Amino acid sequence: MAQELMDVLATTFWMILGIVLIFAIVLIVSGVVYFVWNFINSKKDQMRGYASLKTVTFGDESSVTANRVASVAGVVTVFVIWMIATGSSLLPFQVLPTPFIGDTQFQYTATNAAGETDTASVKVRVNRFGDTTAEQLVAPETSDGFAKDDVVMVQERRAKLLRAHNNDEGGKEDSYRVTEINGQPIDLEQTVDIENATVLMTKAGSLQIRPYAGPTMESLYLPPPERVWIRFLELNAEGYQGVGLWENVMWSLIRVVLGFFLGCLFGIPLGFAMGLNSWMRGWFDPIVEFMRPVPPLALIPLVIIWFGIGEQGKISLLFLAALWIMIIGARAGVSGVNISKVHAAYSLGATKTQLLTKVILPNSLPEIFTAARVAMGVCWGTVVAAELVAAEKGAGKMIIAASKFQLTEIVIIGIIIIGVIGFGIDVLMRMAENKLVPWKGKA
Amino acid sequence: MSGLKVDDVSMTFELPGGGNVEALKNINLNIKEGELVSVLGPSGCGKTTLLNILAGFLAPTGGAIYLGDDRVTGPSSERGMVFQQGALFEWMNVSRNIGFGPEVKGTPQSEIDRSVTELLGIVGLRDFGQKMIYELSGGMQQRVALARCLANDPEVILMDEPLGALDALTREKMQSLVLDIWKKTGKTIILITHSVEEALLLGERLIVMAPRPGRIHKEYHLPFAELGVGADLRKVKQHKDFGPKRDEILNMIWDMEEEIMGRSELV
Ligand SMILES: Nc1ncnc2c1ncn2[C@@H]1O[C@H](COP(=O)(O)OP(=O)(O)OP(=O)(O)O)[C@@H](O)[C@H]1O
Ligand SMILES: [Mg+2]
Repeated sequence: MAQELMDVLATTFWMILGIVLIFAIVLIVSGVVYFVWNFINSKKDQMRGYASLKTVTFGDESSVTANRVASVAGVVTVFVIWMIATGSSLLPFQVLPTPFIGDTQFQYTATNAAGETDTASVKVRVNRFGDTTAEQLVAPETSDGFAKDDVVMVQERRAKLLRAHNNDEGGKEDSYRVTEINGQPIDLEQTVDIENATVLMTKAGSLQIRPYAGPTMESLYLPPPERVWIRFLELNAEGYQGVGLWENVMWSLIRVVLGFFLGCLFGIPLGFAMGLNSWMRGWFDPIVEFMRPVPPLALIPLVIIWFGIGEQGKISLLFLAALWIMIIGARAGVSGVNISKVHAAYSLGATKTQLLTKVILPNSLPEIFTAARVAMGVCWGTVVAAELVAAEKGAGKMIIAASKFQLTEIVIIGIIIIGVIGFGIDVLMRMAENKLVPWKGKA
Repeated sequence: MSGLKVDDVSMTFELPGGGNVEALKNINLNIKEGELVSVLGPSGCGKTTLLNILAGFLAPTGGAIYLGDDRVTGPSSERGMVFQQGALFEWMNVSRNIGFGPEVKGTPQSEIDRSVTELLGIVGLRDFGQKMIYELSGGMQQRVALARCLANDPEVILMDEPLGALDALTREKMQSLVLDIWKKTGKTIILITHSVEEALLLGERLIVMAPRPGRIHKEYHLPFAELGVGADLRKVKQHKDFGPKRDEILNMIWDMEEEIMGRSELV
């Protein structure tokens, strides 16, 4: 227990270092771009408009708006870092050394049972990852001496074992061993550097040839942007596992819209009832207050037990995710009505029904919109998570299935699309809000 | 046609923690039709409570209110109310706010439009009918509130510190507007204020209330409102009686406040 805790703390410490490093890189790049930008612009006119006349801008929220140049530069920087880290071919020149691809070779010297030594050469061809068309090396037929030449085909970043003895005369005998690589002595579990690769002698006396990989990330972990793009075009055309990319996305969206719609349909009236009637409020209060802090993700196992992995389960889950949020929003909306408005409406002659429809309901719209935005965000996050656990179609299903086959590009495409759609939903909700409740936050 | 009668009204609030507050005790008041009454008093003396009872938002624990011969049992459009702020409907534009009263009564739209246009003129917001409430300044919003109340043609207009949130200059203009409207429409107006000057200017009759229990302490009948109609209010304030009356009432309220708060250490 104490040991585990110490391990966690140690991990956290390393994480902090890593995060600081990443932040430092981003901030330094940001600072450099900022100075370059300011330098270019120093000749141009100063910013115009009211904000430019303010002498106090620090801490004044209205004058701190997002600098769009900075936003674009920030996004571009992320892409550039991505490209550099993955050795993308989109870069005009490579910043980090790329993994070795091509031919190299080395000589090994072996000693046979009789104590004689002989040297043979090993040709190594490193081909591009996934390149099946690379020309095969052919072992030379003839060779004098008992050690025979070998050839090795290996993929970039991968290692390959060569049992150099195998084709040597007397190589199967126990005391036959390789003693030198390129003239340098080698023993079990020792490594010798050769041109563009290393050779390690394993415990069993085989040679493990590992071409130079360099510091860039392997595309299994992080594919470069162009590969993601190519895969995106492919996905767009053919889909994955028989389901189109947009079909997957559509299914996620349909679930969200249905679940959210049901949540609103039942949540808003219930919230109104709770806001307007103390019996209803008392009746539902414990349930709502209890369910509210339960994260919808925690309900996934129960929903699967009850409804299986079909649509009903997912829509129920999203319904529950949206329901409590909408209830609380609608409740706050109606109970938050300024008592003066109610009094004013009554003394202007409104009946109870008119008060409800003309004052209390419209007055609660801003709160309901706030809740709807939150609910939409939660629903979108929940649907993806639910699909990760179990689904036949959907954005989450696509990425979890792809991850099982280590199709990292598809995982990244899925994540980007999920992010973009989540952002798009929020933008739409905000637009609807500005259109429908323009007075929000201004009363 | 009908005066407003406050008949031995008492209001006792029970506090949730036990005990109770006598917000009003045995208030008797006869307000004639067309009278302009201002109510003044230290904070917590029950002014708002009295107005809420007059409006019908609260039922008194003792006594009753009569408008003419009818006993007041709840809010109604014959007693309009203007609040300090926040009582306008932000989801409607200015015209719909003003037309709200007639609208809920089912008045035909053409008639509503006509009276809204007229009222917009009276309160000086002719071109603002289509504006939303949040686009208006505080002073303009109070004019809308006034116009909305007038649209219903109530017999009594109750105002709870309607100008309390306005700056001095806007406030002065609004005071003139209230006087104009009072003179033009001949309505009974009861206005609560914290400002002694405002109470003197906007009260033919000025009622000073005292706290614990809330009661009527003193009444004045004043000439300033009549003088102020259509005149420069700054001139009215220079009237020879204005200053002395102001000081007298200020001292009276100051004493009451001191009684409540305890004498300030600094004095
Ligand atoms: N709903 C209520 N419950 C309990 N006590 C109340 C309630 N409303 C008012 N009171 C009490 O009644 C007294 C009179 O309140 P009221 O609001 O009428 O005073 P006011 O003269 O309008 O004060 P202010 O000038 O500050 O507006 C106060 O002591 C107040 O605490
Ligand atoms: Mg008050």
